[in-house]
Amino acid sequence: MSSLLVLAIVVAVGLVAFFIGRQRAAAQDNGKVKPHSRAHYHGWWAFLLAVLPALLLLAVWTVGSSIYLDRHIHAALPERTVDSKVASEALDVSLVKSLARGLRKLDAGTLAAMPASFAELQPLLAAKGVALASDTQDYMIPIAVEANKVQDRLGLFGAIVILVSSIAGAFYALRQIEPRARARNNVERLMLWGLLAASTIAILTTIGIVLSMLFQTITFFESVSPMRFFFGTVWDPRFSAAGSGGSQGQFGLIPLLAGTLYIAAVALLVAVPVGLMSAVYMAEYATPRVRSVVKPALELLAGIPTIVYGIFAVVTLGPFLRDLSAALTGGSPFIQGQSIFTAGLVMGVMLIPVVSSLSDDIITAVPRAMRDGSLGLGATRSETIKRVILPAALPGIVGAILLTASRAIGETMIVVLAAGVAANLTINPFEAMTTITVKIVNQLTGDLEFNSPQTLVAFALGLTLFALTLVMNIVALYIVRKYREQYE
Amino acid sequence: MTDISMDTMVRAAAHPRRDIGLKARYAAERRFRIYGVVAISVGLAFLAIMLITIVSKGYTAFWQTTVSLPISFDEKVIDPSGKRATDPSVLIKANYPKLAENALVAKLGINPDDKPAIKQLKGFLSEGARVQLRDIVAADPSVIGTTRDVNILAAANLDSAFKGQIDLSVEEARRKVSDQQITWMNKLKAEGAMAEHFNSGLFTYGASSRPETSGMGVAIIGSFYMMVIVLLLALPIGVAASIYLEEFAKKNRFTDLIEVNINNLAAVPSIVFGLLGLAVFINFLGMPRSAAFVGGLVLTLMTLPTIIIATRAALAAVPPSIRSAALGLGASKMQMVFQHILPLAAPGILTGTIIGLARALGETAPLLLIGMVAFVADPPTTPFDPATALPVQIYMWANEAERAFVERMSGAIIILLVFLMAMNITAIVLRRRFERRW
Repeated sequence: MSSLLVLAIVVAVGLVAFFIGRQRAAAQDNGKVKPHSRAHYHGWWAFLLAVLPALLLLAVWTVGSSIYLDRHIHAALPERTVDSKVASEALDVSLVKSLARGLRKLDAGTLAAMPASFAELQPLLAAKGVALASDTQDYMIPIAVEANKVQDRLGLFGAIVILVSSIAGAFYALRQIEPRARARNNVERLMLWGLLAASTIAILTTIGIVLSMLFQTITFFESVSPMRFFFGTVWDPRFSAAGSGGSQGQFGLIPLLAGTLYIAAVALLVAVPVGLMSAVYMAEYATPRVRSVVKPALELLAGIPTIVYGIFAVVTLGPFLRDLSAALTGGSPFIQGQSIFTAGLVMGVMLIPVVSSLSDDIITAVPRAMRDGSLGLGATRSETIKRVILPAALPGIVGAILLTASRAIGETMIVVLAAGVAANLTINPFEAMTTITVKIVNQLTGDLEFNSPQTLVAFALGLTLFALTLVMNIVALYIVRKYREQYE
Repeated sequence: MTDISMDTMVRAAAHPRRDIGLKARYAAERRFRIYGVVAISVGLAFLAIMLITIVSKGYTAFWQTTVSLPISFDEKVIDPSGKRATDPSVLIKANYPKLAENALVAKLGINPDDKPAIKQLKGFLSEGARVQLRDIVAADPSVIGTTRDVNILAAANLDSAFKGQIDLSVEEARRKVSDQQITWMNKLKAEGAMAEHFNSGLFTYGASSRPETSGMGVAIIGSFYMMVIVLLLALPIGVAASIYLEEFAKKNRFTDLIEVNINNLAAVPSIVFGLLGLAVFINFLGMPRSAAFVGGLVLTLMTLPTIIIATRAALAAVPPSIRSAALGLGASKMQMVFQHILPLAAPGILTGTIIGLARALGETAPLLLIGMVAFVADPPTTPFDPATALPVQIYMWANEAERAFVERMSGAIIILLVFLMAMNITAIVLRRRFERRW
């Protein structure tokens, strides 16, 4: 029985339990004893007892039976010998499993007259839209048939156990129903656990990110030493040096890190002055009417997906700057179509609303009294801003800039399109450089082999990026929080 | 202007005052103001330039040139040996482009034996004609032997030429349409047989190597699946987490840890979530690559912090008096939250959710890593089938060399921006409409 069907039946049992429970509790309310909980809480308690344990069992059973099935197939496979046609044992098992999945699509008549050779079976399966790997062997067919039988038996047995537990849970809850039973407290306790579980997802995500990248990174460092990764100055993953043997390339982080920081720096040079000045203007000078128009427009700028910025950079701005520089020198262009300058400029514009909305919050958090005091002593508005408000807001603004820098470092689509793919080390902002994020995308799009350093390096890059932004974020969030507390 | 100021002015004239640099200070004030105006104008000008260039490049994508031809479904071409009654595959494999070519030859009055002219005709109509005519015949085999008017897509280069996007002053060998083709095009245009129609294919076709038959159908369905998954997962989980943190959590180490985590996750680069999805969902849990389901899960994890932060702000904005009132009337804490606080915070939660969804809809980088950069021609029927997403489709078209793809890409950006704008405006309207100041 499929787990989806079991799930539906369990939920149906739960719903029946809900209605019976509610009905029972309502019928017991004869006005003599004051009930502790309202009738529907009894219903919900019955529902939860019928469904939750059963769901837990279902999950355990699904995982457990798939592990059991794997072992069963392992045991049934012939002993591996030197002339085994299939490369590895794991591949053997997975071939049997996909064959078994394919066999499920055949109708009963075909299954009864099962052909013994794969050559005969393949066209039958192909007619049902099942494509199988060509190295499936004849000996796998009986194993697959047997595996399907085992799976059916396991599924049936599991379904019975789960349904029995569901019905038992419902009965248990229904028998408990009496006017003074604390059904509401029970339900609410479970709800609280549910809420707590939801809030731990954030922690689980972080753990998932760190662990998944850490494992792959460790595997990567088995073939490339960390020294060569972190301090290597050449990025050439495909290059295999003479004598080094195998497909060893060079995975130097330095050119990528330099490109990342360079582009982020150009972006910040654009975004910080412009964003800060617009925030100041909006907070201190703009009339309510101007504010009501400009603020949504800037928010719109923030709402445009980064791919659009990237395409603007590569389709319009890049060629424009190239032609402009060619016209200026009268000959060859000194700005390339894809360059640090173009990518940084466009990224800077993308970051303007980020800087301005963060600093807007910070500037308006400076207490009114400080502003009024300065104005009252005869300072002009700009003097008040420059000498009182900005110094007072400085820690917050530094935090905001750090957050923006972390956005700039992690930005992907703009640099994928506009920065180029060549890992150069250059200080000329009009040439192309590449970044960590670009290389992650490059290494992971297309066909993947999960054991080659060419793929695994992306996870090492990702972990580096994560660590870099994590430090910046935590410092920035700490500063911003401290600053906010200061004036609260 | 009052008497006082007049008075000061008169007195100032009488007694020249010490110069305290007022002039310079006021000039500095004016300069400072101008910097502000310049900063804002730079941002807005860039926004305007970007939107104008995209729209001007992309609006033509919503029209597509077709040629209306009287196609005679000639039995001699479709089924020369008369076997279609016994072997239906004949109708699938038949030489349908020949039908279109014959119709075009007749229409233009070309001598059927004029080989060089026929050769030039090859690039005139879209290769998509094969599928189009085949579908007509497959739907109704009785059409064979009759003649019917069919609108056939022109090839992408002719489409560009028809829209006036190809510079005809360039010498013939260096452009993609020949003079002969232009002459034919003008002839058909004058007869009214060749015209632009609304490009519904842009919204329905899947991936194709030919610009005129490629569209965003698969991407729209994929993005739709992902948005539904994000909404179904991120909204309940996010609201539940926020309720716990805002209403129930005691202030301790564990709560602090969760908060730091959420704030940090909100600032983690999106591509890192793609790496997580690739390593955990695809490699470890064995989920299918390129599937909208996996994309939805990754975007859910990415959107959760946004929704949690917005929801917590909305919950915190509900005044404590409401809580006290509910508790005072005998509600349990859970009843107070679900029956009183949550409904009052709903507009804020909804606004945050829509903004989070809009961000997820425009997100590209994590989807590249989980294999959504895929050539998917057939619309996915379930979220587990291979699909692409709107921004990913835009990215793929950006990597194509032909100019007709750039047109489609800009058209796709317009559509994406319209979706996003609609979502953001809904969020703003909701906020304005239901926002309460306590």
